[in-house]
Amino acid sequence: MTESNLTLNFGPQHPAAHGVLRLIMELDGEVVKNLDPHIGLLHRGTEKLAEIKPYNHSIGYMDRMDYVSMMCCEHPYVLAIENLLDITPPRRAQYIRVMFDEITRLMNHLLWLGCHGLDIGAMALFLYCFREREDLYDCYEAVSGARMHATYYRPGGVYRDLPEQMPKYQANRYISEKKVKRLNYNREGSLLDFIEDFTDRFPSLVDEYETLLTDNRIWKQRTVDIGVVTPERAKDLGFTGPMLRGSGVEWDLRRKQPYEVYEELDFLIPIGLNGDCYDRYLVRVEEMRQSNNIIQQCIQWLRDNPGPVIIDDNRYASPKRSDMKHDMESLIYHFKLFTEGYSVPKGEVYSAIEHPKGEFGVFLMSDGANMPYRMKVRPPSFAHLAAIDEMSKGHMLADVVSIIGTLDIVFGEIDR
Amino acid sequence: MDKNSNIDIINNKLTKFNLAFLNNEQNLILQINQAELINVCKILKTDSDLDYSMLIDVCAVDYLTYGEADWTTNDATNSGYSRAVKQTIIPEADETFTNRFAVFYQLLSLSYNKRLTLKVFTTESNPPSVPSINKIWNSANWFEREAFDLMGIHFKGHPDLRRILTDYGFIGHPFRKDFPTNGNLEVVYDEDEERVIYQPVSISTRPSVPKVIRDKNDRK
Repeated sequence: MTESNLTLNFGPQHPAAHGVLRLIMELDGEVVKNLDPHIGLLHRGTEKLAEIKPYNHSIGYMDRMDYVSMMCCEHPYVLAIENLLDITPPRRAQYIRVMFDEITRLMNHLLWLGCHGLDIGAMALFLYCFREREDLYDCYEAVSGARMHATYYRPGGVYRDLPEQMPKYQANRYISEKKVKRLNYNREGSLLDFIEDFTDRFPSLVDEYETLLTDNRIWKQRTVDIGVVTPERAKDLGFTGPMLRGSGVEWDLRRKQPYEVYEELDFLIPIGLNGDCYDRYLVRVEEMRQSNNIIQQCIQWLRDNPGPVIIDDNRYASPKRSDMKHDMESLIYHFKLFTEGYSVPKGEVYSAIEHPKGEFGVFLMSDGANMPYRMKVRPPSFAHLAAIDEMSKGHMLADVVSIIGTLDIVFGEIDR
Repeated sequence: MDKNSNIDIINNKLTKFNLAFLNNEQNLILQINQAELINVCKILKTDSDLDYSMLIDVCAVDYLTYGEADWTTNDATNSGYSRAVKQTIIPEADETFTNRFAVFYQLLSLSYNKRLTLKVFTTESNPPSVPSINKIWNSANWFEREAFDLMGIHFKGHPDLRRILTDYGFIGHPFRKDFPTNGNLEVVYDEDEERVIYQPVSISTRPSVPKVIRDKNDRK
């Protein structure tokens, strides 16, 4: 009975839309018949803007792609440039990158877990998740000065070494000395000490989240058998990351096509069995535990192996400020690097990493100039959102919210 | 298996078609004819020795200004370099798009853990077109819509080729090189008419950093 179908507009301003998603839904009673996502409300033309800027200027734009996992978006862009320039960063820089990729994964999954829970009705979880995210943002701030848009990865390494001191809270008329002392208990040492303290606490915190959700009857009613994707369909629809692993395909770029130092690290790849929202939840929660594990291994290595964090090649990395005071060459290199940038040899390259949401890739094309001829971002959420119609068909209206949550979409990267 | 044998396997399986291998073996690019795209893709996906089960990305490229710099500094003489950046001139677009638009497809084989980039030049007609591979890999659906929206490439046989990222009622294809970075229209509030109107942009394109090509890259 097509006459009775109702067309409903959802979004673009809706708390469960995770940004600016507009859905045109065709409903038969409460059952979804058709779903047409309208995207592009956050389209900023980043890829076009990258074509008129030297390579290094666009690193900061990449943070704004997926704005809940910032450094992971810088990573493939920087890798693509390094690939074209044929340079390799020092080992220490690679370990720092891996550590911050995993910190970013925790940030992303914590936000996802909190918001997904909130959408379905678990309010308390949201607050707990954001409590932990705060510490991770402090790590970003300590290392780059910015809490979100770090611009920390650079071609040839990272911007600077890990700081020896953490920023501390200070007492004022609102916060007493006693409270400050309590707040600063894990900020007395270096950044690595702070992260280590976090990784020691974190597994028990994940246990806390799991007590709230994993065996929760309401949680299971809302997620089990919702949005089932078979492995064949998942591959055909271009799913990557936890969406693909949730369907039972063991595929993780960190293991299969290792970049940086992942081949030296010990971690497990969780996969789901049924490909429903609940399995994807379990996969992501287990990924948080594994990431925590990887961070601990990185901390150990970074403690034992001091060294440079960016290549010693002034064509691509800025000379030291102290050198520029007395060395003419350094001054010239600095001037050229910051006005013109570096020219990249002709070629096309596709670099991808295992971003928290899936495969985040950058296709970079150079015509030998100091700016990309064409830069194309491959956002994982874009492919995932394209499948929302297929995943939601036949489900109830309320299940669409679960499915949007499980897709883990962020509009910064979908719309670009 | 190293990448060399990858070329051999593809060559063996696709003997009937016109193939050209570009780039180094690390980032292998296979250039094919757009008329043969569908058949090549079917083999790439279904053949058990190739098994490219996933289409990761579709990227359209406009070659209109490839290799053109804003500021050439190769002719340094005793009088020094030229001082000013040449005004960025947008070339007149030809009605026939000979070698202008290309589409890059990123393929991934999960079982052999291999990547392959396909490169296809579009037809020279207006609008430029390539066959849609949406039926072979369903993930092509939105990626092709995006390439249509931003680059104006028609994917023949696509079931639902609508704009996806730009505004409702948008005119033009913004990622083409003859589309100004500032755009053509801006949105302002008109006090007389008491509503939001579109009008031509009031700013002009000015390069902040000139595009410079240093081919030799010989500073060592």
